[in-house]
Amino acid sequence: MPVQVLILPLLAALALALLVHPAPAADAPNPVADAKAFKTYFATKFPKLKLEDFVNGPYSMSEDMRRQWQEKEQFPPYEFALEAGKQMFATPFKNGRTYADCFPNSGIGIRQNYPYFDEKQGKVVTLELALNRCREANGEALYSYVEDEMASLTAYMAFTSRGKPMNIKIPNDPRALEAYEDGKRYFYTRRGQLNFSCASCHIQGPGERLRAEILAPALGIMNALPIYRSEWGGMGTTSRRLITCNSQTRAVPLDPQSDEYRDLEYYLSYMSNGLPISGPGARP
Amino acid sequence: MSMIGNAAFAALLLTSAATQALAASEADFKAAYEAAKTADNRAAALHNRWTTTEVALTAAKTAAAAGDFDAAIAAAKDAEALAKASIFQATREKERWKDAEIR
Repeated sequence: MPVQVLILPLLAALALALLVHPAPAADAPNPVADAKAFKTYFATKFPKLKLEDFVNGPYSMSEDMRRQWQEKEQFPPYEFALEAGKQMFATPFKNGRTYADCFPNSGIGIRQNYPYFDEKQGKVVTLELALNRCREANGEALYSYVEDEMASLTAYMAFTSRGKPMNIKIPNDPRALEAYEDGKRYFYTRRGQLNFSCASCHIQGPGERLRAEILAPALGIMNALPIYRSEWGGMGTTSRRLITCNSQTRAVPLDPQSDEYRDLEYYLSYMSNGLPISGPGARP
Repeated sequence: MSMIGNAAFAALLLTSAATQALAASEADFKAAYEAAKTADNRAAALHNRWTTTEVALTAAKTAAAAGDFDAAIAAAKDAEALAKASIFQATREKERWKDAEIR
């Protein structure tokens, strides 16, 4: 029997096997592996820190700052926002319904599940967006994503979730994986005249000073939001935090709750899965 | 031609030359500003505008409104250079971001 006759069926079978089970591409998205590598990076860089301590941002990096923060936490600067948020959350809309009607478990202890991927819309939904959608559905005017009302509401909701582990899911939907990948790309992409990416500060520089600030680690950074910043003299939403980061690199910020920002929040929150919610936080 | 006539003719020539120079400067400014805006629009399409480009464009317009076309052209050229740098950055980062990824 000629050799070709023997080899050809084997080659055909091999080709068919490759079609049925294509080898995974080296750069195929793998959120589980990404999150593992992310946590390993920080655990190696800061071997004395417990993983759950990263949610305390710069306070986990400096002993002096930690002491100051612990004293400050006895009369936390976000307390007024927390009270305001609690009251706003309980106050009925003009139609008699409340925020509690828009959320699972009446909105209590659910912050750790946001953002989530909405398979109907094919988009990431953040807590800020969900709150405004709730308002819209009940005939109320939308809140600004960067001002006090939204910060107070999210502060209260975060407070009811304190200690609960971040629990972001990526459903078996290619669009969800794409949103995750887009968020990752945004995180690592350099932008602005200063040529900084989010990672430049929050992966390469945590614990180091940038002018007067000690940079926070990316791991756990979303768990502390929203935050009271002494620099701002008030509370700031996640949207405000992202916009400020862009401006500081001299990049023109995107619109709050643009797809890019929502995807970025999705990616970063997923990286911190398992770490406790610590928001609302306070930062210098 | 009398001396007075010569002086008047010379003044007329000078005025004409000055007007032409001013007109040329304004046209140059418009061209420089247009080039800068085009580059900035390309940066915007890449979602990568820089705040410094905006500042330079505003400075160019302000100087032009005040009739200082030399300053206006200089600011417009700055804006164009900044916008082109932001386009270069966005194009390069399309693949380069992966180099920084934690794996």
